[in-house]
Amino acid sequence: MKELRLMKGNEAISEAAIRAGCDGYFGYPITPQSEIMEYLMLEKPEERTGMIVLQAESELASINMVYGGAACGKRVMTSSSSPGISLMQEGISYMAGAELPSLVVNVVRGGPGLGTIQPSQSDYFQATKGGGHGDYHIITLAPSSVQEMADFVGLAFDLAFKYRNPAMILSDGAIGQMMEKVEFDEHRPRFTNEEIRKNTPWATTGKTPDRERNIITSLDLDPARQELHNIKLQAKYRKIEQNEVRFEKIVCDDAEYVFVAYGTSARICQKAIQLAREKGIKVGLFRPITLYPFPKNEINELSKKVKGMLSVEMSAGQMIEDVLLAAERNIKIEHFGKMGGIIPSPAEVVEALEQKIIGG
Amino acid sequence: MEENIKKDNIRKEENLVYIKTKLMTDKVLSYCPGCGHGTTHRIIMEVVDEMGIQSETIGIAPVGCAVLAYEFMNIDMQEAAHGRAPAMATAMKRLMPEKFIFSYQGDGDLAAIGTAETIHACNRGENITIIFVNNGIYGMTGGQMAPTTLPGMKSSTSPYGRDVATMGNPLKITELIAQLPGTYFVTRQAVHTPANVRKTKKAIRKAFENQKLKKGLSFVEVVSNCNSGWKMAPVQSNEWMVENMFPFYPLGDIKIEGELVK
Ligand SMILES: Cc1ncc(C[n+]2csc(CCOP(=O)(O)OP(=O)(O)O)c2C)c(N)n1
Ligand code: SF4
Repeated sequence: MKELRLMKGNEAISEAAIRAGCDGYFGYPITPQSEIMEYLMLEKPEERTGMIVLQAESELASINMVYGGAACGKRVMTSSSSPGISLMQEGISYMAGAELPSLVVNVVRGGPGLGTIQPSQSDYFQATKGGGHGDYHIITLAPSSVQEMADFVGLAFDLAFKYRNPAMILSDGAIGQMMEKVEFDEHRPRFTNEEIRKNTPWATTGKTPDRERNIITSLDLDPARQELHNIKLQAKYRKIEQNEVRFEKIVCDDAEYVFVAYGTSARICQKAIQLAREKGIKVGLFRPITLYPFPKNEINELSKKVKGMLSVEMSAGQMIEDVLLAAERNIKIEHFGKMGGIIPSPAEVVEALEQKIIGG
Repeated sequence: MEENIKKDNIRKEENLVYIKTKLMTDKVLSYCPGCGHGTTHRIIMEVVDEMGIQSETIGIAPVGCAVLAYEFMNIDMQEAAHGRAPAMATAMKRLMPEKFIFSYQGDGDLAAIGTAETIHACNRGENITIIFVNNGIYGMTGGQMAPTTLPGMKSSTSPYGRDVATMGNPLKITELIAQLPGTYFVTRQAVHTPANVRKTKKAIRKAFENQKLKKGLSFVEVVSNCNSGWKMAPVQSNEWMVENMFPFYPLGDIKIEGELVK
């Protein structure tokens, strides 16, 4: 049975994690996402499902707790906001190298540095291009509602296990803090020891006589073998790019122009569409749901049908690089965004469309 | 007399002094001849074998000379990021409380880059075993100064000797974590003589038994040599260790059953 609740985006992540059969959460407080651990601590998931929750001494510790747990075949996660996610990059890279499934939630705030605690989308590059060292990608999901905050937890875990790869929910302070109605699925059970042995035979659960020892490592000092490992990783990323693209199109059928936007910016663009259409401007919204893999082909198709695209982001313009790579180049493509933790208003977005794309 | 030295007479049960440790793989150790890492590996595997817990034991290799420990120990293992093994061990034990979890770490790994993870895992009293090989130097990266490098001791990054005024004093992390209520058993041992090997093995056994009894954190420091990093022959390095390391890092139990040894 579904259950309807009114809650913050951050809390929805926590409740969804308990219901997704998550085995462990490890985190360190940082605004604007501290509610995730606070909710979990209050909710006592250990009594509900056996899920453990631990406040770590740092994000370095959290991500390596996730590494250790993931290596045992467990569904484990952490959450943080931008500065904390920067600290985690070494660990995420290790997990990508060792091919471990895990979930990292980034409720983004404005940077660089300590920046601001206000919402931002300036961690797009870090999330989608492999924010740490080495050639790797993590699957990146961008929710634009509290409902999606909840829904993407289970989805992220499923994708992470399907591809043995870390997954990230890239949200922002606005969606983390806003309250909306959210419908929850029923609990799905945590993996049993039997299931772990069967579904993740690589997991370090203790060497039994019936198998060779399991080793979780990203190290291979032999360049030829390390290259082979990298080739295998790249093949996996191509498969992810082929199979896992997700997006939403809103009133694109008759559109002469489109906004390309995700997360909070996509919500602003929905409002901007109304304003623009009242003025007679036929504009639609293309909303990437997976930022990695990026919906390249769909953007390309769309770019053949419209006169211009405006990439609306709360950053100096990061996703626009992917839009430019994907789209046909004979149309006008520009970026509009606010930095420093400011959410643009729908009117500003329409104005940018008129000035940069239609009039430009 | 002739009869006595025949092979069959020698190969008798009562004459057996050494056999290959069952849970060590056939891989040739990557350690320099004379290095204490190999011996320490062996006694951990002996303990695991003797306790019959191979299928329940998961180890964590550090970043350091022992980075490839998983090549040599025939158990499930994970390879940590530099210094983070105690964080990994924390999660592993909490997610699988019925398993035996140990980390194996060098002094740079445990007492420099991983100091926070070490102290907090100890302070939380995680029910794990930490094996800490203290050779007073960064072996793997070519003999740089470690947090445990002795005052005046030369290394590639303290070529004129460790100047405590500018480089700080060596960190006695073992004494430090012994102060924390979360640690249950803290000891400092060595593996340079058969007698010491036996003592260290006993300590490691106790540390694993403590996990079984859910007593909290056990911490076994092994003061060891790094003949390559110290630029000495193996025997000479052990002598140097006895003369210089032991006075600063005295061997013996520091905390037993949660009580500091007076
Ligand atoms: C983040 C990071 N920083 C630095 C290094 C380089 N590094 C590898 S091993 C090591 C020191 C190891 O020394 P120690 O822990 O004392 O172990 P030993 O080699 O002496 O056994 C360093 C600095 C690394 N691998 N990762
Ligand atoms: S460099 Fe030092 S610590 Fe490393 S294997 Fe050689 S002797 Fe041992």
